[in-house]
Amino acid sequence: MSEAVQAFDGDTAPKSSLDSSFGFRGWWRDGLLAAIAWAAAAGITIGLPDVVPWGSAGLFATLTGLAAAAFIALSFVAHRLGRFGSLVSHYGPWFIAVGVWLALWELITAKSGWLPKPFFSPPHGLLNVYVVDGQRLLICIGYTLRLWSLGFLSGIIVGYAGGVALGWSKRFSYWGMPILKLIGPVPATAWIPCTFYFFPTTFQASIFIVALASGIPVAILTASGVGSVSRAFYDVGHILGASNWYLIRKIAVPASLPHVFVGLFMGLYYSFAVLVVAEMLGAKYGLGWYVQFQTAYSGYANVYAALLIMAVLCAGIVRLLFVARDRLLRWQKGFI
Amino acid sequence: MSVSAAPARVDRASAPRGSIAVEIRGVGHQFDLSGSKIEVLDNVDLSVQPGEFVALLGPSGCGKSTLLRLVAGLDAPTQGTILADGQPIRKPDPSRNLVFQDPTLFPWASVWHNVATGLDVRGVLKRERARVDDALALVNLTTFADAFPHQLSGGMAQRASLARALVNDPALLLLDEPLGKLDSLTRLTLQTELVSLWQRNGFTALLVTHDVEEALLLASRIIVFSDRPARIKAEFRFEKTYPRHRDDADLVALRKRILGTLGLST
Repeated sequence: MSEAVQAFDGDTAPKSSLDSSFGFRGWWRDGLLAAIAWAAAAGITIGLPDVVPWGSAGLFATLTGLAAAAFIALSFVAHRLGRFGSLVSHYGPWFIAVGVWLALWELITAKSGWLPKPFFSPPHGLLNVYVVDGQRLLICIGYTLRLWSLGFLSGIIVGYAGGVALGWSKRFSYWGMPILKLIGPVPATAWIPCTFYFFPTTFQASIFIVALASGIPVAILTASGVGSVSRAFYDVGHILGASNWYLIRKIAVPASLPHVFVGLFMGLYYSFAVLVVAEMLGAKYGLGWYVQFQTAYSGYANVYAALLIMAVLCAGIVRLLFVARDRLLRWQKGFI
Repeated sequence: MSVSAAPARVDRASAPRGSIAVEIRGVGHQFDLSGSKIEVLDNVDLSVQPGEFVALLGPSGCGKSTLLRLVAGLDAPTQGTILADGQPIRKPDPSRNLVFQDPTLFPWASVWHNVATGLDVRGVLKRERARVDDALALVNLTTFADAFPHQLSGGMAQRASLARALVNDPALLLLDEPLGKLDSLTRLTLQTELVSLWQRNGFTALLVTHDVEEALLLASRIIVFSDRPARIKAEFRFEKTYPRHRDDADLVALRKRILGTLGLST
């Protein structure tokens, strides 16, 4: 499982060197190609009429046009921008691909109607959602982040404490492990009827659902991490006169941290997956609520727009977690 | 089968700082291996004088390491008693420190913090930080204080492990094949270092090894064990001033005799 997590982290550092990505006299060739692609997207958006109007076509064309201009400028100066320049040039092929994709996307949706309204939305349709409904989406982001952070934090705190206890104490694990193994595979959302009864407000019930989704993988992996700490480390601790409490704090906890992080990543993905359902429970705002509300009214462009925000949020939080992991698990890798 | 009848007295550069006598009386030990009992130690009697350096020699897997674990107090013997300065050993204690074959350094802590563990456990680390630095200097690891264990070579890791034991000023140092996994050059250096640490600190040392030469370079008494269940088969005294040389005639002669006891001829 940890390999899977590593794989997400793989392609972050720019590896291409200056000489390979900059062509004749330091021109950044990919930058020019990206500019052409983005300019094409702008031209198609403004030049061809929508089959059914979406709005914000002018704004989208302006933005993509500005991006094209920026790429032209960068293609001349990128080689003189040092670190930033090599970072930009590393992602050159991606910039081209995104530009081409935007142009094609415009063509097959709004411009040709091949993928029709309302099931599909052109990029400027999504932009239009942000323009028209931006205020409400911002509030939704706030609500979702509040629910997610309360649920995720309480879930991982309880899950971690429980995991340490399960991994450490034989008696705890005798009673706890079978229960955890039974509850683990049950989708968090299956608990909705119980949560309605036990929690005074629906918001608390939603927090519980998110907490459950994030806490269970953390608990299972922490328990396995603490349980698999080498006996030799405890022998060393015993010889040096360490108490049980010291062994837990200073040996079991740090030694199990790599496992814990795998659990945290899994919990993070699960918690995002249940957000939509958790916000079914009488919420008035929130991205999950927004997605359901708009689905009911066939506002698919709005649905896509909200899903895009959720994806970006999740990716951002994953990134943060990687930064935390790399700091805390510095001892695992060679950093000489 | 004593080579010399002289008592185990050792001349040291400095006065001994503290060492203890170990008395192993009729110790037998069994392992429970999935239901069947496996006899590892059989009626072992051995007394070690304070400040003595004794090597326990025997075929690998014969139970020497088990004996060290019992003396350390990590396990309790099935039969017999072990006394440290007349007191029965019931649980581990920092004054009887065990250095394992693997360095078993905590990979998440820097070398400095690994060495500091013993002081941290006793809650005296804040007052006695200098002792950690001293221990690191003693094993020549001062420049690697902030390194993580994965950044150390095998020899450096074993030296750090030694420093982690020495920082507690042990009166008895139990060495469980501490040089067993090192390359021969590092091994030679560390053998010399072990002798000078022992001479300087004056602890009692009990070394498990299956290298006859190593035993002869370090110890003043060599106990040869039989195959499992380990019984004491022979005992040799070797009073020779340090540093010893592996080509020394007496050493070579005694090595031949010991190898003979072990059933090997050279």
